[in-house]
Amino acid sequence: MTARIGVVTFPGSLDDRDTQRAIRLAGAEPVALWHKDKDLKQVDAVVLPGGFSYGDYLRAGAISRFSPVMGSVIEQAKAGLPVLGICNGFQVLTEAHLLPGAMLGNDHLHFICRDQKLRVENASTAWTSDYSEGQEIFIPLKNMDGRYVADEYTLDKLEAEGRVVFRYVVRGEAADGCGNPNGSLRDIAGITNEAGNVVGLMPHPEHATEPLIGTGRTDGLPFFTSILKKLVTA
Amino acid sequence: MARVVVDVMLKPEILDPQGQAVQRALPRLGFEGISDVRQGKRFELEVDGPVDEAVLARIHDLAESFLANTVIEDFTVKVESDDVVAGAAK
Repeated sequence: MTARIGVVTFPGSLDDRDTQRAIRLAGAEPVALWHKDKDLKQVDAVVLPGGFSYGDYLRAGAISRFSPVMGSVIEQAKAGLPVLGICNGFQVLTEAHLLPGAMLGNDHLHFICRDQKLRVENASTAWTSDYSEGQEIFIPLKNMDGRYVADEYTLDKLEAEGRVVFRYVVRGEAADGCGNPNGSLRDIAGITNEAGNVVGLMPHPEHATEPLIGTGRTDGLPFFTSILKKLVTA
Repeated sequence: MARVVVDVMLKPEILDPQGQAVQRALPRLGFEGISDVRQGKRFELEVDGPVDEAVLARIHDLAESFLANTVIEDFTVKVESDDVVAGAAK
């Protein structure tokens, strides 16, 4: 039997179907979860997809964080359930304080949509083991509120503990020349919690899982093969 | 009925590009001499019944856990007197 990975749909979620498709492509079974249900249907992992849940009212992720399904996700994530938050899902995870820091509007005040180069900084989380550390990947980025902020103490702690999982490649020879896409501090694109089971990032791996679409590469697929391997060998 | 106002502002160290955009527009409108603008949120809560300490404490909790994200924002809770409420309605 393969792993069952839940994908939560909030009112305003956009990428839940693409995420389910990516999970299926990786060989796992996607399970639709509904924001009003506390029941996680005994899934082995959960993905919070991108979109504009609850219209981003108040703050992105602020209202979703109090939805019935999130009560169960928070409780089980603390007990070790693997959880991945993509874009709006990342915002929900910071609002839920499962990940430190917060997401704010892009510093240039524009919506951004482009293919983005990322460097994998941590290939030992539940969701990144099929990457290698230092690997550069190319996946779509599309958001309004993508500016990751945290206080200096938290940023230093994240760096010291290896919890910056992805960084935008904006410096050095490998830089794509487009610069930091949203003003995120220390070019942070994604982070993990202390245990490594909860990961959040702004760019969209689920949109880069088939050669026909997106970047034309499948650089996002290892997210889903990583978690599948972890779950079936566990 | 009483009104409780919760004001939420980004912490001083957090960059506020919206406030900056507003500030940059001011000279075009003939407003000189304003060196900085920060933009925040104001919530007006209409409370049924008297606003006692217990009610204020609950609203404080609400502000801290929901209306503001204290990782990036500060907030204040104020009771607006009836006079002020009446004045605002004119």
